[in-house]
Amino acid sequence: MTDAPRPEERSEAEPPDVPGFRSWRGVYLFVFGWFVLVVALLTVFTAIFS
Amino acid sequence: MNVTDWVVLLGTIVGIAAYGSWRTRHVRSLNTYLRGNASTGWGTIGLSVMATQASAITFLSIPGQGFESGIGFVQNYFGLPLALILVCAVFLPMYRRLNVYTAYEFLGQRFDEKTRRLGAGLFLLQRGLAAGVTIYAPAIIISTVLGWPLDLVIVCTGLLVIVYTVTGGSEAVALTHKWQMAVISAGMVTAMVVLLLRLPDGLGFAGAAHVAGALGKLQAIDFSLDPSRRYTVWTGVFGGLFLSLSYFGTDQSQVQRYIGGASLREGRLGLMFNAVLKIPMQFAILLLGALLFVFYQLAPHPVFFNQAEWLRHAQDGRFRAIETQHASAVAQSQSAIRAWLQARASDDAAREASARAAMLAASDRTRAIRAEAKATLVAADPRAKAKDSDYVFITFILTQLPHGAVGLLLAVMFAAALSSTASELAALGATTTIDFWRQRHPLAAAEAHDVRVARRFTALWGVFAVAFALFAGFAENLIEAINILGSIFYGVLLGLFVVALFLRRVGGSAVFFAGVTAQALVLVMYFSLNLGYLWYNLIGCAACIAFSLALQAVLPPRAPAAEGRAG
Repeated sequence: MTDAPRPEERSEAEPPDVPGFRSWRGVYLFVFGWFVLVVALLTVFTAIFS
Repeated sequence: MNVTDWVVLLGTIVGIAAYGSWRTRHVRSLNTYLRGNASTGWGTIGLSVMATQASAITFLSIPGQGFESGIGFVQNYFGLPLALILVCAVFLPMYRRLNVYTAYEFLGQRFDEKTRRLGAGLFLLQRGLAAGVTIYAPAIIISTVLGWPLDLVIVCTGLLVIVYTVTGGSEAVALTHKWQMAVISAGMVTAMVVLLLRLPDGLGFAGAAHVAGALGKLQAIDFSLDPSRRYTVWTGVFGGLFLSLSYFGTDQSQVQRYIGGASLREGRLGLMFNAVLKIPMQFAILLLGALLFVFYQLAPHPVFFNQAEWLRHAQDGRFRAIETQHASAVAQSQSAIRAWLQARASDDAAREASARAAMLAASDRTRAIRAEAKATLVAADPRAKAKDSDYVFITFILTQLPHGAVGLLLAVMFAAALSSTASELAALGATTTIDFWRQRHPLAAAEAHDVRVARRFTALWGVFAVAFALFAGFAENLIEAINILGSIFYGVLLGLFVVALFLRRVGGSAVFFAGVTAQALVLVMYFSLNLGYLWYNLIGCAACIAFSLALQAVLPPRAPAAEGRAG
């Protein structure tokens, strides 16, 4: 059903080549932290303006 | 619109489409046609994912939603970053490892052909209908306010998108998305700046935000557990998580955007780009709508924003009386708002509370007259379109923006319509070619033949979408119509993938019949219960998983050969 496999993809453990991050888990944690911060800021925004 | 607006509008929209067609006119490789250029970087992937999701409805309906109901709709997107993390960690590596063209090939490898076709069929049904809505939504609004023939707008938009999508496939889609997103960003920033400049002297952003907040438009967060409420933190996080996971993980129009590209890293970073920016972007668009509400509280505005519809029916004294009452109520509301702003600045708590109560009462009166206007409209003609919030932003664009900017903002609407429709058509063509046609017709020796077949299917879906937009009637709230349509089908589709990924002992027959039963259950519930539609994502997924486990318990165990095919 599929064509020839692609060259081996890099594994989860390899660094994402993003400055400041050693692993993909670190990138995901950063994004999750950003999400929590955005929700917190929206909560504060609601409290200030509503 | 004057000549400058036309030059900006046609120059950007036709220019981008022509550029996309020209640059990709020599595509002969099926891989490039269906998955895009193999050297695509994360920026292009990220913008393409964003442009696919942001249809014209996003930029017409969402400011209207902010105007009418406030910014609480932003919670709808709370599940999105979490879903994208899961897509990055689980779905994307799997698709690249299996080297698939479509998400549904994975179901075929993991289960069997009938389950693959069930998944692909659910996608074609849902996305095929949605493509028609995507073309229709901006066309009905733009044709109404500008007086252009609706059919002409639908056909022109459809033909433009068909030409470049059929020519260059996924590569043309990604290429044009970059430029379309640039137009969209420039236009929306322009609109926000003009809106802030048009606010009365001394009010400014902070003052307008305080007025919007006092009038109940800035409640972004609602922790209510009431299941009948459409937008709360919980529906956003849980329902939104399942909706986004289904959309980004299993909907080919999104999967096609990130499975190509230079490497796994580029795809992941493109998705993380969206995980970081999506909620702030939607917040900004909703905030624009809430600030439009304040702007129109302090400026003359029609009692009903769809003026074409209003003028078509407003023939007798009842309508004139409503207009007079509304003008009087707006003047009182403006005085009350100014009085509240002065009271607020005076640091006199009692005066501020009294002025706030007067402002709320005046605002309620204006709202009541608007409701009466809609009721009178429907009483005069039951088929009249009584919802006007989708017309608020376009009214602002046409009446408040300078020439040139009007053309740019109309280009935003068309760019958004083209970008999301192009992704849909490319995905529909790819799924039909790979998951249905290719099953009976192995790859030809000459790859160019397969590209021609894919082009024909893409063109056919384009014609279907245009025909559906021309001949079907749609729900009034178009953004909700798309989300409701997605929520009805996405849950089961996601359920198929969750079973495939995490329940290895479940076989093809069990999951197939579980999927069919779960889809029937969701449809019955949707037509018989009053439940927030985001919950159907969770219900469909959970039902598919539960039925799969139950059926597998009574069906014969999976054959060893089938076990070996597990992805």
